[in-house]
Amino acid sequence: MRAKAYQRKLDLKDGCVDLSHGSGGRAMAQLISGLFHEAFGNEWLARGNDQSAFDVGAGRMVMSTDAYVVSPLFFPGGNIGSLAVHGTVNDVAMAGARPLYLSASFIVEEGFRFSDLKAIADSMGEAARAAGVYIITGDTKVVERGKADGLFISTTGVGILPDGLDLSAEKAEAGDRVLLSGSLGDHGIAIMSKRRNLAFTTEILSDSAALHDLVAKMVEAGGSGIRLMRDPTRGGLAAALNEIAHQSGLGFRLQEEAIPVKPGVAAACELLGLDPLHVANEGKLVAIVAPEVADAVLAAMKAHPLGLEAADIGEAVADDHQFVQMSTSFGGGRIVDWLSGEQLPRIC
Amino acid sequence: MKYADEFRDKTIAQGLARTIAAEIDPQRPYRFMEFCGGHTHAISRYGLEDMLPPNVRMIHGPGCPVCVLPAGRIDMAIRLAERPEIILCVYGDLMRVPGSQGNSLLRAKARGADVRMVYSTMDAIRIAEETPAREVVFFAIGFETTTPPTAVMIRLAEKKRLTNFSVFCNHVLTPSAMHNILESPDIRNIGRVEIDGFVGPAHVSTIIGTQPYEYFAEEFGKPVVISGFEPLDMMQSILMLVRQVNEGRHEVENQYSRAVTREGNLRAKEEVSDIFELRDRFEWRGLGLVPYSGLKLKQVYAQFDAEVRFAMNELRVADNPACECGAILRGVKKPVDCKLFGTVCTPETPMGSCMVSSEGACAAHWTYGRFRDHQLRRAS
Repeated sequence: MRAKAYQRKLDLKDGCVDLSHGSGGRAMAQLISGLFHEAFGNEWLARGNDQSAFDVGAGRMVMSTDAYVVSPLFFPGGNIGSLAVHGTVNDVAMAGARPLYLSASFIVEEGFRFSDLKAIADSMGEAARAAGVYIITGDTKVVERGKADGLFISTTGVGILPDGLDLSAEKAEAGDRVLLSGSLGDHGIAIMSKRRNLAFTTEILSDSAALHDLVAKMVEAGGSGIRLMRDPTRGGLAAALNEIAHQSGLGFRLQEEAIPVKPGVAAACELLGLDPLHVANEGKLVAIVAPEVADAVLAAMKAHPLGLEAADIGEAVADDHQFVQMSTSFGGGRIVDWLSGEQLPRIC
Repeated sequence: MKYADEFRDKTIAQGLARTIAAEIDPQRPYRFMEFCGGHTHAISRYGLEDMLPPNVRMIHGPGCPVCVLPAGRIDMAIRLAERPEIILCVYGDLMRVPGSQGNSLLRAKARGADVRMVYSTMDAIRIAEETPAREVVFFAIGFETTTPPTAVMIRLAEKKRLTNFSVFCNHVLTPSAMHNILESPDIRNIGRVEIDGFVGPAHVSTIIGTQPYEYFAEEFGKPVVISGFEPLDMMQSILMLVRQVNEGRHEVENQYSRAVTREGNLRAKEEVSDIFELRDRFEWRGLGLVPYSGLKLKQVYAQFDAEVRFAMNELRVADNPACECGAILRGVKKPVDCKLFGTVCTPETPMGSCMVSSEGACAAHWTYGRFRDHQLRRAS
């Protein structure tokens, strides 16, 4: 029997990534098998190919891709790894689809600690298992110090659509209800609270979560009465609704009093001069649904752990100007516009 | 949210709205200027206009420091930031303020200038300490509220013997701008709208007190009510102004008594007068050169004065001739009267001062209130 070439074990405690880990040599193979395969463990990765083959069911497939550059990499309620799974799972799920497989690419800066990389990979694996998806292919590149801020991750997801479901903005009609799955702004505020030059104390955790199960329950209750769904990430609920208004040619009328915002988020927004409607979310969705199924869908949302605070926050209206308007809790009216400029870079 | 929700109560607001409606004389107009951008923002953000009778009109004044910063000062800052030895520290909302030819600090940063967004003056001090080989300049801007922190920062830099730290000073004064609005020579060119009273500054007044407005109320015969920034503060202040107008009074009244005294913050005023002195005049975007309206560092602190330290040349850039900001800031015109509003001038690509920050009259109207223009058109 041939002796296996000796290879020093990865020093997961004190070691760090160097350029050899991206060079295509043994060190890279060791990083992939010792760290990523370990964390993501599944039959596809175990075969060690550059790609993975999987069965395709009947019907239509959904695909989505996203890059993650969040800073800081670790934040209250998650890290870049769990975010990279949740974000892409949610993009797939917003079509009403069941997410199945993910790919993951890592751009790692030279000097990045193995222990951090392991923690991130582990939470990716954990998030994927919890969401019932598999990370079946991936890539690792290492760049010189100073050429990437620690770590960037890019994930692509595919999923399968239930028969007959085709959610899209142009299906929205005047009179449709606007349902929101929970409180706004948790992710953005959690990130901001950890920024070096902004650090403030808050108990707010990122809401980063995979929403596909909530979506499945909603689809069960509302079927094709659900016109479309969006996850209000960057730009917040305001951007999501303005986008939908633009695509559907409708306007929206919201009730500020109906929109849930946690007191800690409201306070931080007050302090920083932000509008919670502009702050990013990573575990919330907004659904435009036909009025006749709205109650049933809302009840299904409230029965799900990720939709306990779900609320009917307004309606779609005919409006040539496609304004998103809101009756303020003070009693006046205002527009809810897109955020102009960047509220804070690298939030996801 | 405690200490905020109490000042946003719908029921009390409706009560105040009813009282205002009952007490006004329907035969006469009530034209009140809120000076501060914070007030403009609150009016738009909470939809206050919907709660006031049609003959009570709010005129949005020039009290947003970002908005009134002239393009020339931005150009000066960009030139400074383009020098390789310099790190320019700025508040985030300054990044997009247009200089000449569509230039901005954001664009300069993209081209390679070292411009850093900071959230407090202390961040700039820290950067200076951490990078002793570079020159760190803090872009100081704001009314009387933000001047004391700049003064404290200079004291601190002196104490820490920082030799690589200086301030590009753009601090301006509220009372001189209010004076200018009522009495500038420009009024002959652009006309004037009668102003029946002023909603006086909130945070500024916590520093300078109510006293500086007394001369103003007396000299011009205009009532002034110092008001907090919360929507209920505003409603109550408007009611107080209505009552003064109805009774023919022109006094300084203090609605914001939970934070403002007659004398203001003596310690802060002392710090400011120790370190700063008046400029003969200072340019305001939309208002032009306003006498004795800006501050600069005293000679003894010249080493901390970026304008002296880097021999910066004063730059002046003409505003776009089609821009109506000057008339809008004085209440002569409304945002929709400007040809640029909502066409080439939007919050994404602001041309004039009023569109620059969300506290500006045009930006607030565009962002929160433009649906009313269409309602009006439909109604007529």
